[in-house]
Amino acid sequence: MSATELLQLFFDPELFERYGARMLDGLLVTAKLVAISFSLGLLLGLLLALGRLSRNSMLRGATGAYIYFFRGSPLLAQLFMLYYGLGSFRELWQDLGLWWFFRDAWYCSLLAFTLNTAAYQAEILRGSLQAVARGQHEAAAALGLSRRTTFFKVILPQSMLLAVGPLGNELILMVKASAIASLVTIYDLMGITKLAFSRTFDFQLYLWAALLYLLIVEVIRRLLRRIEMRLGRHLDT
Amino acid sequence: MPEVFFLLGFGDGGWGLTLLAGALVTISLALCCLPLGLPLGLAVAVAARSKKRLPRTLATLFSTVFRGLPELLTLLIVYYGCQIGVQKLLAYWGYSTEVTINAFFAAVIAFGLVFAAFSSQVWLAAFKTLGKGQYEAASVLGLSRWQTFRKVILPQLVRVALPGLSNNWLTLLKDTSLVSTISLVDLMRQTNLAVSATKEPMLFYFAACLLYLFFSALSGRVFSFAEKRYSLGHRGAQS
Repeated sequence: MSATELLQLFFDPELFERYGARMLDGLLVTAKLVAISFSLGLLLGLLLALGRLSRNSMLRGATGAYIYFFRGSPLLAQLFMLYYGLGSFRELWQDLGLWWFFRDAWYCSLLAFTLNTAAYQAEILRGSLQAVARGQHEAAAALGLSRRTTFFKVILPQSMLLAVGPLGNELILMVKASAIASLVTIYDLMGITKLAFSRTFDFQLYLWAALLYLLIVEVIRRLLRRIEMRLGRHLDT
Repeated sequence: MPEVFFLLGFGDGGWGLTLLAGALVTISLALCCLPLGLPLGLAVAVAARSKKRLPRTLATLFSTVFRGLPELLTLLIVYYGCQIGVQKLLAYWGYSTEVTINAFFAAVIAFGLVFAAFSSQVWLAAFKTLGKGQYEAASVLGLSRWQTFRKVILPQLVRVALPGLSNNWLTLLKDTSLVSTISLVDLMRQTNLAVSATKEPMLFYFAACLLYLFFSALSGRVFSFAEKRYSLGHRGAQS
């Protein structure tokens, strides 16, 4: 086997011309999917975390059950449940005028990923909110700050500092999990790769996809370390 | 409502037994990954702490790659990669046959590697909690390096690592649902089959989620028992 033949096994320029640009499009779809569901999940997760910490036992129980369910079962099963399951109540959604939403694999994937990541982010945020020292609450109360001001100006900023690391890990997990969307006909990076593989049976496509995923994960990891260092710079020395 | 019990039941036309059979495949698949993943993860952690450069680099590369790749992609790469690799090798020696790798085997390899990568981080963190004094004391007692590891270091490591490993296990259990895409008939696949036969997606996917939850809860119990068991000596020392 000559060197060019060996190179051909890992990088075939012809194949790259045919699928390279489309894989980058797929990467964009992956990025969009992750960015939207992660940010919506952050909002929902914060609400859930507050629910977990509330004094109302009903609210605590309900949010606890939600978090337990979404963290304890596979994302794949949740996605199928939302897409095929909710999609089977066609008449109901048509009556409600929501059929456009539940008919569409893209919206259903967004919904499934948002609900799933919200449960994980809720646990992260709850932990970080609880980790803020009691004295901070007491000091804010002594200064006569209202509950809202205490939460937004004193507690939340400090807890976010603790939450940045775990939230970044969750973001990386989401990037990886988003590959599952390819199973409900979304053409993200994984979906395009599978499509191209089914046409060419050329294994190198999977290796390119692997490199791209590793690249995104590594970029996120580096950025995250930067952000963490920047946010925590007043804590050093 | 009675129809629901009928569909999920164990009688004629009920899918209960089929789902349980799928769940058995899911559990045995996850269990089969442990003999590969646990020792390999520990080995990677030991290599990452090595004084030599080469093992350190290899260990970092291994854990970065398999923690960074989507599990679905790892699975497909191992599944198709093994097939194509074996086919290429055979063709090189002059045989040309279609090779199909057993899906269960490919899944065990793929998830075993992923489990090893994630658990190596847990082992590494556990190593950091052990004081230097443990090694010094062992060497003063004249224990060999292997004895030190086996009798002094490992029991303490396991105690510290158990909560992290329990997380890894739960992730593994949920990730195994991906094997339904390489046509291994696990719980998820059986659920898909049940759905296409009965046209009741909501019911069956919800039931599958609950079964996964049940196994997570069950493993939680097992792990909390194991954690108690392994910290017996520790608790005695504290009180």
